[in-house]
Amino acid sequence: MIKRALAGAFPALVIGVGGLVLWELSLLVINPDGFLLPRPTEIFEAFTEHFDAIWSATINTGYIVVTGLIVGVILGVVWSLLVSRFRIADETLTPLAIALNAIPIIALAPIFNAWYGLLSPTSNQAIVVLLVFFPVFINTTKGLTSVGATKIELMDSYAASKWEITRMIRIPNAMPLFFTALKIASSLAVIGAIVAEYFGGSQDTLGQFIVQNAASGRYTNAWAAVVAASAMGITLYLVSGGFERVATPWRPDVDVVG
Amino acid sequence: MNDHDTPPSKAAAAVEIDSVSKVFNLGKPNEVHALDGIDLTIDDGTFVSLIGPSGCGKSTLLRLMGALTHPTEGSVVVNGKSADQARLDRDYGMAFQTSGLFEWRTVTQNIELPLQLMGWDKAQRKERALEMLDLVKLAEFGDHYPRELSGGMQQRVAIARALSFRPQLLLMDEPFGALDEMTREHMQTEVLEIWEKTRKTIVFVTHSIPEAVFLSNRVVVMSPRPGRIAADISVPLGRRNFDTRESQGFFDSITEVREALRFEGSTR
Ligand SMILES: Nc1ncnc2c1ncn2[C@@H]1O[C@H](COP(=O)(O)OP(=O)(O)OP(=O)(O)O)[C@@H](O)[C@H]1O
Ligand SMILES: [Mg+2]
Repeated sequence: MIKRALAGAFPALVIGVGGLVLWELSLLVINPDGFLLPRPTEIFEAFTEHFDAIWSATINTGYIVVTGLIVGVILGVVWSLLVSRFRIADETLTPLAIALNAIPIIALAPIFNAWYGLLSPTSNQAIVVLLVFFPVFINTTKGLTSVGATKIELMDSYAASKWEITRMIRIPNAMPLFFTALKIASSLAVIGAIVAEYFGGSQDTLGQFIVQNAASGRYTNAWAAVVAASAMGITLYLVSGGFERVATPWRPDVDVVG
Repeated sequence: MNDHDTPPSKAAAAVEIDSVSKVFNLGKPNEVHALDGIDLTIDDGTFVSLIGPSGCGKSTLLRLMGALTHPTEGSVVVNGKSADQARLDRDYGMAFQTSGLFEWRTVTQNIELPLQLMGWDKAQRKERALEMLDLVKLAEFGDHYPRELSGGMQQRVAIARALSFRPQLLLMDEPFGALDEMTREHMQTEVLEIWEKTRKTIVFVTHSIPEAVFLSNRVVVMSPRPGRIAADISVPLGRRNFDTRESQGFFDSITEVREALRFEGSTR
């Protein structure tokens, strides 16, 4: 299993390492001053030099991302369970969800800062929750409602209740789409948290670290924080993929991308 | 004598359909008159096939028996009670053209599903599922997921599931429609074997004349738009075996059904 995972990761490793080497070498040739784009080795130096600051910023941002992600996912799932189960919920909550999604959510960041206090992480979490909510809601609802007619008729022929149909048919049917949504949402959560942090909220975060270093021209430090943020995004994605494998054992073994 | 042709002595009716009509979307521009004036009584323990051109209402008639849809006029009585009550009492099992297996459940778990809904405990379920797997000759495949089985194997699981709670009535809607000829004949033999062992009442929808004749005591021929019963043909072939398909009686019955179908086609 581990061996297979390693074998699966091999092409990605080659591309990643190759890309870094190419990046390093081409910059050495065309842009030796490293003014606009630092070389990977420089970023790595900055990373080790500011490790403590970046680490604690990553922890704080990670907290915002993970809590926002959890709340957003729960909200999206509960919302879609209601919508798929009760017509009245479908007629009211679906348009509301669509309306919420039509708001350019990032634009709310400064407003949320005013609501929750400039230094509170709550405003950042709220942005993450809103961003995460919609893809989870849309995909899960699709999964809960797109059950073949034959399957529903079969359950009716066994005199199954609505709740039994939801629990035994609709929910498992929604699993693959839910996990697709979770993967999208985990990346969105990182993006949302960092952009929200640009505008304020919690201090000592990756967003703030990037803004402050960029403002004072220390772009290499900013890049080091971007690397940390990417690592967070990848970790969340892989964790989502891991949950997916455990929760949907009936699906053919596909790569994490699947 | 041969016990294939003689229904059980005190033949109670498994299904009684009395002047049933079915209109979909009544009063709307897309109104469809699917069935008209259907009278049909099916004795307990018989194997009846419904045959007719596409769209003549075979599936609708079957679904009326299962109370998955309701008549616009007339009444459907199953096992001496309303079709709805029979459904709530789980008096029948159903199998469709597409196997309708749940892909997130293993073969065993699929077969156990109705039992689970009926509140059986785990050990009982397991035991019955194993028994059913034996019946459809899939004993080694209990822990596989449906996607790991061929189409014919999936159909067998669907049949095992329909039989798992031992309903006396089995409703089958083109269960072998998606199978190749070889698998199909094999499955027909298996269903007959099951029928002979269990003496269920089976109502079987098919498009294939030889299939209907080979399997049934009785072939009900339907005509389209609105669906009516055009002919009711009994098939006196006795106990089926390997030679049945090549016997004169088999061909005679096939001809009889074909003529009934052709006659129906030419009247429009
Ligand atoms: N849910 C429905 N709503 C509206 N019309 C329907 C519905 N179900 C069936 N019909 C119509 O009723 C008629 C009979 O359909 P049915 O499915 O019973 O035919 P069938 O004999 O099973 O055909 P086939 O052999 O193609 O399966 C058709 O004209 C069909 O369009
Ligand atoms: Mg049909």
